[in-house]
Amino acid sequence: MDPLIVKGVEGFMYPNEVELQWSILIVLYPFITGLVAGAFILASLERVFNVAAVKPTYRLALLTALAFMLVAPLPLQLHLGHPERSFEMFTTPHSSSAMAMFGFVYLWYLMVVLVLEIWLDYRKDIVLMAQSSKGLTRQLYRLLSLGSSNISAKSLRIDERMGYIITVIGIPSAFLLHGYVGFIFGSVKANPWWSSPLMPVVFLFSAMVSGIALVMLMYMALMKIRRQPLDMRCLDTIARYLFYTFVIDFSLEMLDLIHRMYEAGESFQSLDFMVHTRLWMSHVIVQIIAGTLIPLLLLAATQLLRLGGPRRRQIYAVSGILTLIGIFAMRWNVVIGGQLFSKSFLGYTTYKLDFVTREGLLPAIILMILPFAILWGLAKLLPPWAPSEVRSV
Amino acid sequence: MKESGHLIRLAILFAAGLAVFLLIRQALVPPGFGKYGHFRAGALDDVRAHPIRFAGRAACEMCHEDKLKELKSGKHAGVGCEACHGAQAVHADDPMKSKPVLPDTTSLCPRCHAANSAKPKWFPQVVVRDHAGTEPCKSCHQPHNPKIG
Amino acid sequence: MSTTRRELLSQISKLLIVTPAAAAYLDRLSGAETGPASKYLMADHYWAMAIDIEKCIGCGNCVRGCAAENGVPRGYFRTWVERYEVGAWPESEHPEVDSPDGGFEGFPEKSRPGAKSFFVPKLCNHCAHSPCVQVCPVGATFETPDGLVLVDQTYCLGCRYCVQACPYGCRYILPDKQVVDKCTLCYHRISKGLTTACCEVCPTGARKLADLKDPKDPIHEFLRTNSVQVLKPHMATGAKVYYKSLDQSVR
Repeated sequence: MDPLIVKGVEGFMYPNEVELQWSILIVLYPFITGLVAGAFILASLERVFNVAAVKPTYRLALLTALAFMLVAPLPLQLHLGHPERSFEMFTTPHSSSAMAMFGFVYLWYLMVVLVLEIWLDYRKDIVLMAQSSKGLTRQLYRLLSLGSSNISAKSLRIDERMGYIITVIGIPSAFLLHGYVGFIFGSVKANPWWSSPLMPVVFLFSAMVSGIALVMLMYMALMKIRRQPLDMRCLDTIARYLFYTFVIDFSLEMLDLIHRMYEAGESFQSLDFMVHTRLWMSHVIVQIIAGTLIPLLLLAATQLLRLGGPRRRQIYAVSGILTLIGIFAMRWNVVIGGQLFSKSFLGYTTYKLDFVTREGLLPAIILMILPFAILWGLAKLLPPWAPSEVRSV
Repeated sequence: MKESGHLIRLAILFAAGLAVFLLIRQALVPPGFGKYGHFRAGALDDVRAHPIRFAGRAACEMCHEDKLKELKSGKHAGVGCEACHGAQAVHADDPMKSKPVLPDTTSLCPRCHAANSAKPKWFPQVVVRDHAGTEPCKSCHQPHNPKIG
Repeated sequence: MSTTRRELLSQISKLLIVTPAAAAYLDRLSGAETGPASKYLMADHYWAMAIDIEKCIGCGNCVRGCAAENGVPRGYFRTWVERYEVGAWPESEHPEVDSPDGGFEGFPEKSRPGAKSFFVPKLCNHCAHSPCVQVCPVGATFETPDGLVLVDQTYCLGCRYCVQACPYGCRYILPDKQVVDKCTLCYHRISKGLTTACCEVCPTGARKLADLKDPKDPIHEFLRTNSVQVLKPHMATGAKVYYKSLDQSVR
């Protein structure tokens, strides 16, 4: 940082504060883990809460969660000053650090919840595909089956039982996964924009909203690509759960805002000014109006009015896209917004987003596209819909 | 039992993974970690081994007794030598090898004594242009004992 | 200007005696000579700092001295000085603060009639309940038994969580090494009986290193007889830089 050209600073900032520490990659990271948690909760609706209507999206939701889960550590690695030392979080984790503990929460969720649940659900298909394929593919499936070709009714019942237990454990694990990310921010007393006991809860519910919206959009898109009819009962149910979750999420965010405004603590004037100036576009216009109020109203319309199928599909598509944009904006406003104001409450800085740098826009775009590429591969390996439904994918 | 054979294999796989992790961990944790707290004890030595650049007033006083006498009788008695003369540990280590450059009083003295409304009122400060014009400070003030009269 | 032979001999002999003595002294400081007399025991010390606002003249010697001693890159600061201008009420609610290049080249004159203005030197507070240490995921930053908060730069990942967690803005990332850096209270000096670089070059004695475990240290008198405050006391960080005459407008 050139000491003589302190551009973009308004008012006073502590000299070391002018440069932002956490970039767009750290915005991406909670967005991605949020999608994972949300997609998993949707899958668990069927498994644990017996919402049979959403069964068609069960496997899709799990694979989506896995694809995004695999990409989640990448923005972090790209951001670290020394990614080659990141193993230290596992060898000498500092137990008072939420970030360190998160490494284990992540590992637990990936290995024990996601991978195990997917494996148990797909095991029969894996064994069948091992038997019906040849060459390298056959070896791959045999490896995935761990060499066991037992798909008797009894073993499948055991799998079913285990899968149920894992999903039950998985729900609080999903809460922990994304709640922890919220805690990483919410426990920083130095930053009044972040420090709040509501932060983990807000993060969690917005995660669920984003995950459900993603699976809904993917289901609609994939059915269109495969030229298959949409199960409207499934879609309507997903949209209903999206609406309920969104109402809770919106209420929580409004509670945080109202509480902040009412108490008007020492940081309030500074934060208020920031929202009205530097964050006006991303916070008020994109996150609140376009990303929350409009989708909420649209979804409410589908619940209250009697609209035809095609009309509902249009609304779901628009709401889904706006929702995802809104939740991304929420992450942006928390991470970037939280670093734009000075801890002296006397000044503001600006975030300079480059394009082709390690933490620039281009890597961020690539990292957002990558999970879809992985999902495509996963869907080829472990098709989400029954073989009879699979055409030439 | 046979019906859950695949689960047994899975459990073995997980256990093996955990064992491998624990083994690798042994090799990767640096020696001395945890001796005084959750950190590598060697870090303390690393920080302490940093080279010293300012010798400290006591070192200067060992050779420059005459200057010390001048200082002690004047207003600059409490000012460290290196506050004006810069870091001189290299010189103090081997005085013949490195001779410090005398600072230019025209730029040195105003750093402290140029008038500024934020400076405490008890502190002697002047508007340099009005006070001295272009005359260097040492024309009238001897830096080690600066007060005139 | 002519010196007699006697004077010359006297000067040379002084030089011959004193120079090796000085060299030995510095050898001892650098740790080249080891022995029980030079052993530093962490348990004997608990470091802090006392700053007197009424003595600070904003000369920037401390900022320059620290940078020279510790190789701090320009644009980043282990210590820095802020200037506060508090106007008459109601402007007193909105102080004007500046810190041009951290005070590295001092402060240009900027007068606001009727305003109360003063300088505030800042540095790492070496908190006893440090929030930055609490959040470090791997133990790269830590509290020492003798009261300092240090960084292990061979272990730091550069995740920047500690920079976010510090309420005082005293941490930064070294651009070349991509690890965290901050004030070490000149541990390499104070563990050898010297004072910190910033205290060494402060012309008015506004900054004074303190050892809370030393019963003869002036800090005890300082704390007992003055109105003393730490920065952001409501954060309960256990900050150990004690300011005398700190105005309520200081953030």
